[in-house]
Amino acid sequence: MRVNRPKDGDPISVALNAQERHVTFDASRGAEAPPELVQLLTPEGERVEHPAYDIDLTPEEVRGLYRDLVLVRRVDMEAVALQRQGELGIWASLLGQEAAQIGSGRALTDADMAFPTYREHGVAWCRGVDPVNLLGLFRGVNHGGWDPAEHNFHLYTIVIGSQTLHAVGYAMGIQRDGADAATIVYFGDGATSQGDVNESFIWASVFNAPVVFFCQNNQWAISEPLEKQSRIPLYRRASGFGFPGIRVDGNDVFACLAVTRQALKNAREGQGPTLIEAFTYRMGAHTTSDDPTRYRVAGELEAWKLKDPIERVKAYMFKNQLADQDFFDSIEAEAADLGRDVRKRCLEMPDPHPLEIFEHVYSEPHALLTEEREQYAAYLASFEGGER
Amino acid sequence: MTTLTLAKAINEGLRTAMEDDSKVLIMGEDVGKLGGVFRVTDGLQKDFGESRVIDTPLAESGIIGTAIGLALRGYRPVCEIQFDGFVFPAADQIITQLAKMPLRSLGKIKLPVVVRIPCGGGIGAVEHHSESPEAYFTHTGGLRVVACSNPVDGYHMIQQAIRCDDPVIFFEPKRRYWDKAEVERGAAPLAFDRAQIVRPGTDVTVLTYGPMVKTCLEAAAAVEQDGRSLEVIDLRSLNPLDTEMVFESVRRTGRCVVAHEAPVFSGLGAELAARITEACFYSLEAPVLRAGGFSTPYPPSRLEDHYLPDLDRVLDAVDRTFAF
Ligand SMILES: Cc1ncc(C[n+]2csc(CCOP(=O)(O)OP(=O)(O)O)c2C)c(N)n1
Ligand SMILES: [Mg+2]
Repeated sequence: MRVNRPKDGDPISVALNAQERHVTFDASRGAEAPPELVQLLTPEGERVEHPAYDIDLTPEEVRGLYRDLVLVRRVDMEAVALQRQGELGIWASLLGQEAAQIGSGRALTDADMAFPTYREHGVAWCRGVDPVNLLGLFRGVNHGGWDPAEHNFHLYTIVIGSQTLHAVGYAMGIQRDGADAATIVYFGDGATSQGDVNESFIWASVFNAPVVFFCQNNQWAISEPLEKQSRIPLYRRASGFGFPGIRVDGNDVFACLAVTRQALKNAREGQGPTLIEAFTYRMGAHTTSDDPTRYRVAGELEAWKLKDPIERVKAYMFKNQLADQDFFDSIEAEAADLGRDVRKRCLEMPDPHPLEIFEHVYSEPHALLTEEREQYAAYLASFEGGER
Repeated sequence: MTTLTLAKAINEGLRTAMEDDSKVLIMGEDVGKLGGVFRVTDGLQKDFGESRVIDTPLAESGIIGTAIGLALRGYRPVCEIQFDGFVFPAADQIITQLAKMPLRSLGKIKLPVVVRIPCGGGIGAVEHHSESPEAYFTHTGGLRVVACSNPVDGYHMIQQAIRCDDPVIFFEPKRRYWDKAEVERGAAPLAFDRAQIVRPGTDVTVLTYGPMVKTCLEAAAAVEQDGRSLEVIDLRSLNPLDTEMVFESVRRTGRCVVAHEAPVFSGLGAELAARITEACFYSLEAPVLRAGGFSTPYPPSRLEDHYLPDLDRVLDAVDRTFAF
């Protein structure tokens, strides 16, 4: 083991800021010290110590995390393929962000509540949401498709940043209930610019709400690199709002788990909010509609591939003989089965009935909708066979 | 004459406006290097630089609020809201500030800010990407609201909107971005607050705008052989309304159908129906009927063909005006 000391700026971001991107301001200006990055597992699969965070995982737990990582990547791959084949309208891939999502997702207790963006397929997995349920929104058969209360996993939110306020409000409810729980809310680097997100920081701070702000800094908001949103490392935003901020290696599942666990514990114990910046990389396109070759250089992806969140766990397991080849083979087989199952059930998803347009808009009968529904039903029936 | 898609025509219109006036700026999310998610601003940052084509932080309220400040300083910002459903974080700045500041200054302040909004459904998108929020803005005094429907208007109307000293909400029908037409750059354009008869007819006046213009033209063509003649009017300007042209047409035909993607209830069609009833009461053979979206949130995309008024729904309304 070696000790992980603060470095002279994160090498990758420094390299990118200085060389590959057009920098319009001095990114280091206003920053007192270079960013610290909590890391417990290096890209080479070496365990390192951190003075403030540690994690003690049994071999079985490590294997469990590895399994999670591989399976969610497989689900994601399948969804991308389904989109390519016209079965989904669009898909937002989590490729590269598996460790941030599995690490933080596995830190949650059943009583904790999670508020995702549209990319948190890995967190959904940890919460026990059937992956097929994630596809409905992207296939266009529903706007969500799972009961948030069943898994303590809120619906996906597409409007950037909105969910941060919901999470704080929910946390204020937990606080008033005196429950032993916390909320975690996910958002991106781009989202940190939104008014809602900044307001949520203020509310959480003022009310000392039991909430963890989990920002996946994947370096890009569609085509805009981080420097379009911030001139300081994002985790440092927290100090201005009056709560702690931490940058964690978002491709290190151990570190994400340890840091999130601690932040959630603090929240549950009445110590208020924490901002976690998971420093990671969006290895794919923003969504399947996006073409990243228009705005970023291929070398960037290549550099990040060396920090792949799954490879390092595998290397660590090999080195420490936490699993044999049979284990890895069995996970591969399970992933293949899962992919097939997700695909099959996606294709079986029925289109909703047209009159479902009028369902669930209000909790009680609504005269205008009743009228529109009846008119449209009669209109549909006027076509031969009732099909338009 | 050049053949241009609607997206390209607006792009060329923006380029021309930027060449003509160095105060014209473009701002929005992903409008720079990417050229916008629909490529409407493609190539502009490369040619005009980062200080005139600004990739903004991801904050719509910020985009409009700072555009107001830039306008106060003499600039003419053209703001892109990436999708219709994302204009709402900016609604505060648009409604409480942009619309009202000129009046509060007794006319001393001019705010020539254009807010471009790709609007409407029909592209199979996820929620918040298919909405038609025009009525929120036509309901707000101080804003001009226009909708282009074709490349010719896209090219000219965006330039007129930029030259206008009032704030303009500029709707672009995203499902028509790839439709092509011949655009004559030198042609003298129709004023952007005027409606246009896009197909003359004698039996029913069909009022529409934006994405539904094409649908209504198809509907008119479909019933021609049945001997029914629809006059299709592209309103172009939603506030102010070119009521003069509308009334003249309805007085001739005696029948009127309004078609828009937005919900019928409290939509622009309601305003038109009321005004037509007031002004053309004795010429009307039937009440003004409306074809439009339902009073529900926009549905999942697999149901959008049921939600959006199509050719059949427009013709159903036309038929019903003859049943009176
Ligand atoms: C209010 C709002 N504005 C714009 C968009 C369009 N949009 C979707 S994702 C995105 C970028 C988000 O970037 P980030 O917060 O970094 O999250 P990431 O997609 O990288 O996970 C934008 C601009 C939106 N969904 N909501
Ligand atoms: Mg991002």
